[in-house]
Order: sequence, then structure tokens, then C-alpha cells
Amino acid sequence: MRAAGIKASQALPETVKIVEVGPRDGLQNEKVVVPTEAKINLINMLSESGLTVIEATSFVSPKWVPQMGDQVEVMKGIKKKPGVSYPVLTPNLRGFQAAVKAGASEVAIFGAASELFSKKNINCSVEESLQRFDEVMKAAKEAAVPVRGYVSCVVGCPYEGKVAPEKVAHVAKRLYSMGCYEISLGDTIGVGTPGSMTEMLEAVSREVPVSALAVHCHDTYGQALANILVALQMGISVVDSSVAGLGGCPYAQGASGNVATEDVVYMLHGLGIKTGVDLLKLMDAGSFICRALNRKTNSKVAQAACKL
Amino acid sequence: MGSIPTTVKHCLSYEQLFEDYPWLRRWLQEEKEIVPTGVKIQLIDMLSATGLSVVEATSFVSSKWVPQMADHTQVLQGIQRAPLTQYPVLTPNMQGFQDAVAAGATEVAVFGSASETFSRQNINCSIDESMLRFQEVINAAKERQIPVRGYVSCALGCPHEGRIEPSKVAEVAKRLYEMGCYEISLGDTIGVGTPGSMFKMLQMVKKDVPIDALAVHCHDTYGQALPNILTALQMGVSVVDSAVAGLGGCPYAPGSTGNVSTEDVLYMLHGMGIQTNVDLNKVIEAGDFICNALGRRTNSKVGQAKSGTL
Repeated sequence: MRAAGIKASQALPETVKIVEVGPRDGLQNEKVVVPTEAKINLINMLSESGLTVIEATSFVSPKWVPQMGDQVEVMKGIKKKPGVSYPVLTPNLRGFQAAVKAGASEVAIFGAASELFSKKNINCSVEESLQRFDEVMKAAKEAAVPVRGYVSCVVGCPYEGKVAPEKVAHVAKRLYSMGCYEISLGDTIGVGTPGSMTEMLEAVSREVPVSALAVHCHDTYGQALANILVALQMGISVVDSSVAGLGGCPYAQGASGNVATEDVVYMLHGLGIKTGVDLLKLMDAGSFICRALNRKTNSKVAQAACKL
Repeated sequence: MGSIPTTVKHCLSYEQLFEDYPWLRRWLQEEKEIVPTGVKIQLIDMLSATGLSVVEATSFVSSKWVPQMADHTQVLQGIQRAPLTQYPVLTPNMQGFQDAVAAGATEVAVFGSASETFSRQNINCSIDESMLRFQEVINAAKERQIPVRGYVSCALGCPHEGRIEPSKVAEVAKRLYEMGCYEISLGDTIGVGTPGSMFKMLQMVKKDVPIDALAVHCHDTYGQALPNILTALQMGVSVVDSAVAGLGGCPYAPGSTGNVSTEDVLYMLHGMGIQTNVDLNKVIEAGDFICNALGRRTNSKVGQAKSGTL
């Protein structure tokens, strides 16, 4: 009931930074493998929409994630706009080295707040996974490459169920102390509500400064925008989202995953919050990638606007 | 600023899709088929069994305008009324009111608008003229001790006029309240509202109508319904309208969603520790039932997730 204490008149951030994860997190969870040129075109269109952070690709082994097989060509093929950052996922040192060689100037690493999730997905405990990233952090520091940290399962795990806020705070703190400049807290299966979100954010913000926190909400149960709103009310000013709501939920077939950037931007602008994003250009990028994927957009704003 | 209520009375209005508006008649003419009376009755009975305390059953409009509502009398007389549940019906005028009473209605609703253009386009009269009509209905209802709920449409935007001033919404809400409506449901008819505009509108309206007599009726056309409802709750509103399975699209953006789905609202409320006395699983079942009957997928994200969960 903590959300009850937050007033609707709470002062909200004047500006919110959107971290666009469509080209990586979004496409990674789409069945259709998109041609390299389409990925490059998407990223270029997103660059023109005013977004300042666009997660471009992932330096994982293509054996595991075929969609990211063209990671080097994408990284080298995009038109990097000045003032825009293009972070890439680097699951290990080899991935980091390949990323830097391909021109990456920002990387991201992943931890889970759930032991079972960590075990099932990368076959090691949470602590072991963080230790593996030690060498990535060291190399990144030497190369003066900023590192963003992700924590998954922050309000629920497909295997463990409810996740203790203290565990999330612990993992977030570890990543922050290791040197990550920002920690993105992910509601991986979208089960969070303003209630659990508030509880979790309170615990985490006791360990990591609010200015270094971001929320990565999934819309699987339709709660993403409400969850983002309470995060803003608690002082968070960085929001992850995916153009057209790309990327379904691997744990609920047919259900949605990432929240759509268009819908987030619509809400933020309606609140008088600046994002720097041109919603129409963003929607163009969304239409483009949906055509390439031969699928309907998951964005309600895009669905409504194109019919008027 | 009010704190979030511990209990939210839930008003369900799946029948909102069948409103007494000419544009809707045109839209319905493109719609597939009329839902059989038996299916409507079964849906309402299933909803009654979920714990919902208010289920808007039907609309006493002329079947010439809204063929889908032609069976209003059979529906009202066919449902099994749960002892603690209310079954309000729409009554746009005296004729509708009289038919509703004859059919056994014990609560009715009238529909005003905060937009002059919307009022003229849809019920062929100005806001002032519509208020006169409603006064007649409210007076007749008072004599029979039948409670009347008032709706204000276009509370956060109008498809014709665009932006609607919060003061206009407050003015119409106040009139309906002073005329005798026990509750005023503020509707974001085209779903364009955001927490920003919701906040400003409610700030204004609650100066003239007590917060516990206000309800929000949010459309999810732009995906904003849940954050808008959250904002309303944070301001002390404790009555929320929604539709099982998110039934009812938006006639102004064909193919887009309209009503927010009850399942998604309940998921949020329960997650916040707010009591509704409603069984979410039973609502999901009712949603599955009506979607099968309509041959369509649910608009509820909770419904979609639950059916796909491994």
C-alpha cells in the first residue's frame, strides 16, 4: 500500500532519458530474423527521432542468439549521430573485446535478482555471474568505456515467484560498486504493479542513488505505464522501452513483453516531461520495423494514431 | 491530497460499446453480428458471481438506433440478480426510463457531455437541452426512489473539439450532481488523457463535486488507462469503470481499443493491496466466455498472459 502515500501532485523529473532497447532486447525476442540492412535502417531512423541512447546489438555468440549474428556489421553500418550513445550487450570478456573492436563505446552487463533464474539461464549463481563480469569491468575501465548494469527479475521470477526487494538491492549495489554508471531494474515477466514496484524501488534507492537508477518495465500484464509512473514519482528519470513494443515474453506465449516507446513518450509528454523525442518520427521507425517483421505494432498510440 | 482508498467499488460496463449514439449505430452496422440474448444473460450472470457490486446490464435506447440493445427487456428480466449487486441501465430519455422501470430496473444512468460539439453530433442537442431531458428522468427516478448515475463524456478530450477545459467538465459534473445523480462517472471517451490531464481535470471537478461521488471511466486507446486510473486513485477516487476483456473498441480509431479491461485494472488494484472483493480468476473466465462467443481475442493483457503462461 506504499503507493498510497505518494501524492498525485508529487514533483516529477523535468526531463526523462529514454533508453531505446528495440534493436537489441526487442529484436532478440522476435521470431523473425531481420536482415542486417533493416536493423541498420531502424537504428538510423531511431537516431533521427531524438533518442539519445539506442541499444544497438549484442555481442553474444550467434550460436545462442542468431538474431544478433550480424552484430559487427550492424555496429559498423549504423550512422552514429553525435550526442547519441549506442550501448551493446557484452556477456563476457570475449564479447567485450569484439564489441570494442567493432567500434562500441558503451557496453552493458546483466545480473539477475533471482538465483533460480540465474541458474536456469546462464548456469551459475548470481554471485558467480557477477564475478565473471569483473574482467569485463576491468577491461572497460582501462578502455574508458562506460558500463550499464541490468538487473532482471526485480519484482518477480518465472521460477521463484516473488523476489525479495533486499535481494534486488544487493545485486544493484554490487553492480554499482563494480563500476556500472547506471543500473536498469527489469520487471522481466511484467508481473509488477505500483505496489511491488514501490516496495522494490524503496529498497534499491537505499543502496544506489536514484539518479543512477532506471526502470525496464514489461507490459505483459498491462502494468508497465502505471509502474513507470510510480518510478517517476520516486525520482527515477531514466526509462527503458522498445519501439513498437518489440519483443514478446518468452514465459507467456503470445503475450507482450517490452513496453512500447511510443506509449511511454505519449505519457511523458502529457505530463509535461521533456524527452527530446519526436513522437511522429518515432512512430515512423515503429511502422518501418513492423513492416520488416510482418507484424502489427504493440504500441497503442501507433494503433490509434494511424487510424485517425 | 487524498490517500489511496483501501477499497474500490468496481463498476462494470461492458455494454458501453452499445451506446445511444448515431455514430455508434453506423459503426455497429459494420459490426459482425448481434450477440444472442442468452449469451448476454450468461455473461452478466458470470460477472455477478465474481463479486462485482455493479454490473451495467443494458440500455433502454430505441432499437432503431442500437439494434444490439433491442433485447433490453429480456436481458433485464432474464438475469439472475445477485443480492448485493446493482444492475444499472442507460436511460437517455423519459421513454427509455419508463420502459426500464416496466422491465424491473432499480438503477438508471444518464449520459451528458463536456463537449458541445460531441453533444450535438451524437444526441442532436446542446448540453443545456440534454440537461433538461435528464432533469425529467431524474425527477421521475426520485419519485420512485431509483438512484441515477451521471456520465460525463469527453472529460479529457473530444474527437471534434480537441482539448476540453477542466472547468467545463466541472460545470457539467456539478450540474448532474446537483440535479440528483448520486455519482458522476468522468469519461475519457477517446482515451487521449494522460496522468497530466487527468490530474488537472480532477483538481477542478473535485472543487464542485465531492471526491467520493466521483468515478473515472478511462479508455485505453493510447495505452494510458492504468496510469490515469492510478492518478485518480492517488487523488482519492474510489470508483472505477472498466469492461471485462476490454470489450468495446473506439469508434474514432477503428481497430483500436476502447474500454480498459477489468482484469488489468483488478490486477493493478490487488497488487497495490486495495480491496475490491472481486475474484480476478472468475472475471478472466467471464472474459474467456464472451470472447469465445464473439469469436475474438481478449483485449486484456492479464487475460492474454494467463492463457499463454507456461
